[in-house]
Amino acid sequence: MQDYLVIILPLIWAVVIAFGIFVYVLLDGFDLGLGLLFLAAPSHAARDTMMRSVAPVWDGNETWLVLGGAALFAAFPLAYAVILPALYLPLVLMLVGLILRGVAFEFRFKADTSRFLWDWAFAGGSLLATSMQGIALGAFIQGFAVVDRHYAGGAFDWLTPFAILTAFALIAGYTLLACGWLIMKTEGALRDWAFVQAERALVGVVGFILVVSLWTPLQNATVAARWFDWPNIIMFSPVPAVTAAAVVALSYALRRRRVHLPFLLTAALFVLSYTGIAISFFPYIIPPDITIWQAASPPETQSFLLVGLVPILPVILGYTAWNYYVFRGRVREGDGYH
Amino acid sequence: MESLDPVLLSRLQFGFTISFHILFPAFTIGLAAWIAVLELLWWLRDRAIYGEISRLWTKVFAVSFGMGVVSGIVLSYEFGTNWSVLSERAGNILGPLLSYEVLTAFFLEAGFIGVMLFGRDRVPRPVHVLSACVVALGTLISAFWILSANSWMQTPQGYVLQDGVFHPVDWSAIVFNPSFPYRFMHMVAAAFLTTAFVVGGIGAWYLLAGRRADHGRIMVGMAVSIIVWLAPLQLILGDMHGLNVRDHQPAKLAAMEGHWETQRGAPLILMAWPDMAAETNHLELAIPRIGSLILTHSWDGEVTGLKAFAPQDRPYAPIVFWSFRLMVGVGMLMILVAGLSAWLLLRKRLFDSRWFLRLLMLCSPLGFVAVLAGWVTAEVGRQPWVVYGVLRTTDAVSPVPGGSVAASLALFVLVYGVIFGAGLYYIAKVIRQGSAASQPEQEPMAPRRPMAAAD
Repeated sequence: MQDYLVIILPLIWAVVIAFGIFVYVLLDGFDLGLGLLFLAAPSHAARDTMMRSVAPVWDGNETWLVLGGAALFAAFPLAYAVILPALYLPLVLMLVGLILRGVAFEFRFKADTSRFLWDWAFAGGSLLATSMQGIALGAFIQGFAVVDRHYAGGAFDWLTPFAILTAFALIAGYTLLACGWLIMKTEGALRDWAFVQAERALVGVVGFILVVSLWTPLQNATVAARWFDWPNIIMFSPVPAVTAAAVVALSYALRRRRVHLPFLLTAALFVLSYTGIAISFFPYIIPPDITIWQAASPPETQSFLLVGLVPILPVILGYTAWNYYVFRGRVREGDGYH
Repeated sequence: MESLDPVLLSRLQFGFTISFHILFPAFTIGLAAWIAVLELLWWLRDRAIYGEISRLWTKVFAVSFGMGVVSGIVLSYEFGTNWSVLSERAGNILGPLLSYEVLTAFFLEAGFIGVMLFGRDRVPRPVHVLSACVVALGTLISAFWILSANSWMQTPQGYVLQDGVFHPVDWSAIVFNPSFPYRFMHMVAAAFLTTAFVVGGIGAWYLLAGRRADHGRIMVGMAVSIIVWLAPLQLILGDMHGLNVRDHQPAKLAAMEGHWETQRGAPLILMAWPDMAAETNHLELAIPRIGSLILTHSWDGEVTGLKAFAPQDRPYAPIVFWSFRLMVGVGMLMILVAGLSAWLLLRKRLFDSRWFLRLLMLCSPLGFVAVLAGWVTAEVGRQPWVVYGVLRTTDAVSPVPGGSVAASLALFVLVYGVIFGAGLYYIAKVIRQGSAASQPEQEPMAPRRPMAAAD
């Protein structure tokens, strides 16, 4: 029984954490994307509308990041203890970005003359957090130097051309998500503007998906083998094929001015890209060498937390959905704040 | 960058970021509960004034809660960024406690705060009231888990060590470790007192300034009705917590009391400057035997001194000694306010004694001072251990260069300074605007229920 748990529990937790991080990327992705679009917004009233469209939900969206961190700490303490020091400066900057973005929600609506400051904090914080998350992704793909269960690299190992590329990729991705959100949640001039921005962002997203997908196997033989060896090449070929189909569908949906499809298809692109990363790196949680089983906490820890997670997670998903339901419908210009 | 010590800098950074953070939970735990009570009163008694006060303080809550959230996320990552050896060794135990906090508290708060802040017109009134109650419950559940984790680091049990890594054996022993029940009660009481003093102080200002005196009376009245019994009760809870420290962390207790020698009939040292090198106190002012009476509840009970511990196992006594005195001093001041309130309540002079209202106004930040001083006592007193008696703080730090930590510390000080200033400014603005709102000629009463007529 114990042997069985040692194999299966880390797998379950890898899925749970991957799910949590993905939900974070998807939900806070459109919050942060609004910040990226914020200063370019067509009017001050449009900025108010953009911010109000996520004000009741951003806190819950950000909580998935805390879950990702805490669950990694619990289920894979070694990964938490290696990756966080390795990404020390990007993570600190990400946290500072999230702080500026978060307080801007509260301060901006209470400010009069100083409102422009919190516009900048919202946009700058979102840009900082997004680019640092993109850098973290790039650094993860490139792997971490580990000696004797500790991070053994330097303070700036994460600063590579590839990581800068993934930062730009995430900026494009979050922007596209936010456009999809605005198309779904707003109307009139702001929605028209979001359609235009979405088409631009889509070009960027497609370009970055291509470059990252080609560059990753080129710099990493294991990843290349994972995708191109027989029979994997057949087994995994649906991923790029479906991605291409989603891009075509999204481009079509934007041209036909569909309201819900752009957001859903962008979400699909995120799912597919995320799946691609999972296929490339499974079962390594600290690339290039440490697997989920090597980094796992003992079954006593993983089962203790799983016993709570199984009943609680559906309840969380339930009231999160209820929260979105309460604030359903379009946000109109001039709706009051609390 | 040899001169930048990552251990010291990481300690400073954690101390700074957690001290900043704790101000907000210390305030919002009580505030959430109070808003929930106001919402319930508003709903059940159907008097508009409760709704008005709730609306005003909900804005204050929103700002404070937002600052608590963003500063709290930093902490959940600092375990890994700055204390990776602690994370690797103790993650098996601390990880699930923090994860349960996220699962049972953070999501709950985040899921209902949207409705609490923005949903008044979107959901039926009972649902809005319920949302406020759920947020209040979330703050308490959050305190439960984080204090359990902190208490386990103070009084660890329920584990075995394998190759230096903590492995859980008994989860109920871990969650309900010896210092947890006392720390939890002491902290929650501190949080409610903190809120009561802020609300009372602002209410007193309303009354003194003659603005919205109807609001001011309710604020002062409700705040005082908490202070009157909770301030004295906190002394008892603190004493119980102190006895627990005596049993489980005797070196911390010796530093708090400034005792060097182990002795029977120990004095109560009121003032002194403990000298770590000379192992003695300078400028000591003490009352004989009272120390033993307080610490052992007997005239000649034995009290352990710092010399019973090897020099490298002693906390830095001057900080612990004085932060403890600051906390106790503030506690005594709170009890004085409680006593005066009770006296004025009995004489029905609470709302028109201007000297008392002025005192209450001056006392509004007291809770924050006591909370910070108490946490400094608890955490500096835990040194040199991060997990008491098992893992040293110096052995727990991340392999991150001192330069990185110095840069992040400077950045946090800068950013927190700005947002703290802005937060205070906007809270003050909300309160000022609330006081400037015109007072209705006659309170609009709409007695739909028999209860409302009975007011």
